[in-house]
Amino acid sequence: MILTLLIALLFLGGLLAWFSERVNPAWPRWVALGVLGLELLLMLGLLGASPENGWLAEYNRAWLPRFGISLHFAADGLSLLLLLLTAFLGIIAVGSAWNEITGRAGFFYFNLLWTLAGVVGIFTALDLFLFFFFWEVMLIPMYFIIAIWGHENKFYAAKKFFIFTQVSGLLMLVAIAVLAWFHYLQFGFFSFDYLDLLNVRMNRGMEMWVMLGFFVGFATKLPSAPFHNWLPDAHSQAPSAGSIILAGVLLKTGAYGLIRFAVPLFPTAAAEFAPVAMTLAAISILYCAKVAFAQADLKRLIAYTSVSHMGFVTLGVYAWNELALQGAVMTMLAHGLSSAALFMLAGGLQHRIHTRNMFEMGGFWGRVPRMSAVAMFFSIAALGMPGLGNFIGEFLSLLGAFQANPPLTIISAFGLIFASVYSLWVMQKVFQGKYADDAFDGSGLRDLDNREMAFYAAMMLGLVWMGVYPQSFLDLSAPTLQALLDGQLGQSLTGVARP
Amino acid sequence: MNPVSMDFAGYTMGASDLIPLLPLIVLTAASVWVMMAIGVKRNYAFALYSTVTGLLLALLLAHGLMAEPGPAAVPLLGMDGYAQFFTVLICAAAIGVCLLGHNYWSEFDDQREEFLLLLLLATLGAVVLAGANHFASLLLGLEILGMSLYGMLAYPVQSGQHKGHALEATIKYLILSAVSTAMILFGVALVFAETGSLAFSGLENLPAGPGIAFSTVALLLISAGIAFKLSLFPFHIWTPDVYEGAPAPASAFLATIGKLAVFVVLLRIVVETRALGMAPVVIAFSLLALLSIIAGNLLALLQDNLKRILAYSSIAHMGYLLIAIIASFYSDGPIGIEAVSFYLLAYVVMTLGAFGVVTLVSSHAGERDGIADYQGLFWRRPWLAASFTGMLLSLAGIPLTAGFIGKFYLILAGVESGLWLLLGALVAGSGIGLYYYLRIVYRMLLPQPGNVPVLERGNAGFAVVLALFALLIVFGVYPASLMSLIEAIAL
Repeated sequence: MILTLLIALLFLGGLLAWFSERVNPAWPRWVALGVLGLELLLMLGLLGASPENGWLAEYNRAWLPRFGISLHFAADGLSLLLLLLTAFLGIIAVGSAWNEITGRAGFFYFNLLWTLAGVVGIFTALDLFLFFFFWEVMLIPMYFIIAIWGHENKFYAAKKFFIFTQVSGLLMLVAIAVLAWFHYLQFGFFSFDYLDLLNVRMNRGMEMWVMLGFFVGFATKLPSAPFHNWLPDAHSQAPSAGSIILAGVLLKTGAYGLIRFAVPLFPTAAAEFAPVAMTLAAISILYCAKVAFAQADLKRLIAYTSVSHMGFVTLGVYAWNELALQGAVMTMLAHGLSSAALFMLAGGLQHRIHTRNMFEMGGFWGRVPRMSAVAMFFSIAALGMPGLGNFIGEFLSLLGAFQANPPLTIISAFGLIFASVYSLWVMQKVFQGKYADDAFDGSGLRDLDNREMAFYAAMMLGLVWMGVYPQSFLDLSAPTLQALLDGQLGQSLTGVARP
Repeated sequence: MNPVSMDFAGYTMGASDLIPLLPLIVLTAASVWVMMAIGVKRNYAFALYSTVTGLLLALLLAHGLMAEPGPAAVPLLGMDGYAQFFTVLICAAAIGVCLLGHNYWSEFDDQREEFLLLLLLATLGAVVLAGANHFASLLLGLEILGMSLYGMLAYPVQSGQHKGHALEATIKYLILSAVSTAMILFGVALVFAETGSLAFSGLENLPAGPGIAFSTVALLLISAGIAFKLSLFPFHIWTPDVYEGAPAPASAFLATIGKLAVFVVLLRIVVETRALGMAPVVIAFSLLALLSIIAGNLLALLQDNLKRILAYSSIAHMGYLLIAIIASFYSDGPIGIEAVSFYLLAYVVMTLGAFGVVTLVSSHAGERDGIADYQGLFWRRPWLAASFTGMLLSLAGIPLTAGFIGKFYLILAGVESGLWLLLGALVAGSGIGLYYYLRIVYRMLLPQPGNVPVLERGNAGFAVVLALFALLIVFGVYPASLMSLIEAIAL
């Protein structure tokens, strides 16, 4: 029940934010903040829940009985971690949009909340049709966010984002339909329920094709090397709040899909495919790190580093052992915070000096010390400094992946060195060196105010917590990952799910 | 003995046999009534009320008969649940066109009443097609529909204000429609020569052995004629010109009811007679579907005119629908039929909605159908633009809309029959389609140009668009009851 409440609250809150603009143009942001704060509280409340059938919360009602499709939501430790990340970054996004979005603010916060509603749906849906439904639902508001409030080339970027995700999504829909059809052939009734579909057995060739349908869908969202093309454009053109949600939350839906669906539903095909996926991951890590280094556009650079860091997630998932999976989950969480912070910084800079071109910047440390220090912190976090969350995630991923595939792991580890190179290069280019241009003096280049500092401080706290005491996060995801690894989810739970 | 009566030798009609035909009788009576009313005294409001009442009555009767169709075997017409379901849909769409046309013609400087009369007759033709189970009634329905459409397409030609190309559109449609009917007739003649029957069920007796070439030619001729009416590639050439040149309400009628009725009859032929049983026919249909999807979507990319975009996208959508038709041949399950029924309903809702917006923004004196005319619509008429966005996203098959559920049905039907190539085309076509749908959406999001005349006409048409938008969302979010209805009426 609480899960449907979480989703309904976001949908209704979005409408409320939109209509509240008519009363007072300043209200939508307060409404959005209030709704997201409430979401966060409700989710924190779930932390104390005792698991039942392995789920902290569950809701199951028939939706389209003709095809055995149900409104089946459930959350376990893994979902809950990502839900918390979603609500937290939602608040951060509202904070970053606070003064930046002035035109049509009501519609903006409507889109923001509806995107997050889609994401919450994805992290909790246990029916594959429902999952796909939310998967696509979140695209439309995100499209609007980029297309209306984006920068100079926004339409191209928005369209590219939409078409890439939609087409790969349709392939996934075909795969889902095939899976459901095989369930029908084996068991005599239609079902799109995850727990039912876990029991479907297919011949080897078919399993591989269907698995590939899922993989393409998730790898595009993640994104992984050959499908990453949309991301730099979408990120550089989106407003900061859009970039925060994209990098911090939307990319994680792809990773979640891999962990929850792409591997457990097709264990043999996934095992056969693992070397290919891990190779793609290594290519993502190294190639995109190199490409990042070649960017002049600050947001494009961060976008490419995102692809690079998400490579560690793919690597960890396809290593498919507990260490590696824990590493993947930690990377998702830590990268969510660090990339969101970096995009917020880049967006803040652009808002102040109206450029994202790093070659026009330089020597900002003297002018904006607080901002520079914050940038330093998050750059160091992103490059994987021990003591911060990203290190734990990437280290665990590599450690686990080494057990599965040593050569690829060794190659991927060079990504950490590349990360240091580009992170420090950005710091030198933007914040150190000679003060670039006196023209910036008049352009509103001012330091972070207290409101902004509060948001950054919250994210810093999160990263330090993850780095120093990761156990509190690992404990939450461990039971889920263990069940997935054992392939227990299907057997232990289907008995009760259906007659 | 003539061929028609031969199929029903020994049949006598009782009064109870008339019950399933009530919607048809009401529509016929309404046509006569409106015609006489116009003859006695011209009164537009009266004619409009009579038309809408007639359509509504036919709709309610068909709805009531849907569950209990009564005796089905009436000569020439099988008004079963399937036919009654589509009768409801056709009548509802016709009411929508009526109300949209009410706004469109509001300042027309010529007589407006006959448009309603033609619309009623065209609806009658469409309903005949929905119930046709015999080639005689098929041709009867096609011609009633076609003849009335010629009049509707050319309606503003006599008006002094008319600056468009309605006459050109009509001539094109007239000639090609006549050619396609001739092809169907020739095919039917061949079928009759072989089997001695004109009922659809006669197709089952087509020889498959040595005479297969003969039968194949007959079926291919009929298919080609139907492909003309459905504007499938490569028989699509007339579509964009006719859509563009004709007045928007007539285009809306042609694009929705005109396509729907022919598709309903095609499905009945395919399902009831397994006419696709011959390999060349299946291959021909698969090619038609594949080429329509690819060509329709690619050609739509090149257009700047909204009606032309909708025309090409309708070509692609007919291709999508054919996937389910082909699927219903390969597998015995009812999913193919249900897929066609649901998708047709969704298609009518979204196409009528899209044309409805064009109708509301245009008037008889000048169509406002360039994409540029819609710039800033979001900030000028937010609800209209939101509805339009919904229609376009539904055409693109995005969730929360009926179009998505329809596409899901099609995919399921395709998967069931293993039509991988066609499903690949569906996915690729949807990707290309997004590009031009989003282009329109983006135009509406752009800031308003300064010199746009604000059109504040007609609440009736606007209500129709809003109602269609509501239906789109309801069928997209909670289609369970509709799904079970469609399951019940499937052939």
